[in-house]
Amino acid sequence: MIQDGTLSIRVNGEHRRVRTGMTIAELALELGLEPTKVAVERNLEIVPRSTLSDVAIEDGDDFEIVTFVGGG
Amino acid sequence: MVADGWEVAGRRFTSRLIVGTGKYRSFEQNAAAVEASGAEIVTVAVRRVNISDPNQPLLTDFIDPKRYTYLPNTAGCFTAEEAIRTLRLAREAGGWDLVKLEVLGEARTLYPDMRETLRATETLAREGFLPMVYCVDDPIAAKQLEEAGAVAIMPLGAPIGSGLGIQNRVTIRLIVEGAGVPVLVDAGVGTASDASVAMELGCDGVLMNTAIAEAKDPVMMARAMKLAVESGRLAYLAGRMGQRRYADPSSPLAGMI
Repeated sequence: MIQDGTLSIRVNGEHRRVRTGMTIAELALELGLEPTKVAVERNLEIVPRSTLSDVAIEDGDDFEIVTFVGGG
Repeated sequence: MVADGWEVAGRRFTSRLIVGTGKYRSFEQNAAAVEASGAEIVTVAVRRVNISDPNQPLLTDFIDPKRYTYLPNTAGCFTAEEAIRTLRLAREAGGWDLVKLEVLGEARTLYPDMRETLRATETLAREGFLPMVYCVDDPIAAKQLEEAGAVAIMPLGAPIGSGLGIQNRVTIRLIVEGAGVPVLVDAGVGTASDASVAMELGCDGVLMNTAIAEAKDPVMMARAMKLAVESGRLAYLAGRMGQRRYADPSSPLAGMI
């Protein structure tokens, strides 16, 4: 862990640094996403949408953020 | 005529046509085709959000999930685990549990892997999902899926995106006769007559994507499919005439000059 007040995480396979104490809802907003239109998986566990603003990000977290796209 | 409709997992629908939302040239064209098809259910895929450009338009901006029932699929999943993971995310994103399960066996044919499909169906049903299941046109596999908790059986008419039409009417009909849940032909429809054939076999509905999206005029084809599904259904309900090997005149033989 780098001691500069940031955390190292992965979002959809890409490495990213975020500030310590950030919640998942804040991360979504920082990414320009509308939290009501996405689903979040953290370390292979679903994070219920109702708790996105309660869950603080931890160093090493691996997120998948998905939405609906066209498909058959 | 009594209003015709069908029910899946306690939900009632009027349209027997389910359409996909892939392969369209634009969201506008996609939305116009869905409108013309009269479909009430649309299939959608679950994919990573675009982090590099979050302001790109979204499917939900064009096809309103409040107006249409979104049926999330597991396209591209080759194991039960991948499919289950995808649908758990879909349930969280959409807030509903009616889903389309497909577990594929190989990329070349996109034929379903029935061992994995059956395993995924059991798990999903246990977790409270209502899985409509893409499967082979095998009446025994269809029964097993139903026992495992499938709320609809969706056999392929031909490989996904092939447009070859229904290759085995006998097995589709056997599935229909044996099923206690709705049966929908999913995949293989190429043109309107294929959709009518599915309905004439007694299927509850038809699911298609490429046949509309890859038509020269997708919106017109969507309308053709709507009418084809309706006429196939009417022909099934009307009860077709018997088939004979030789001619039978329609005009009276008596009174000839």
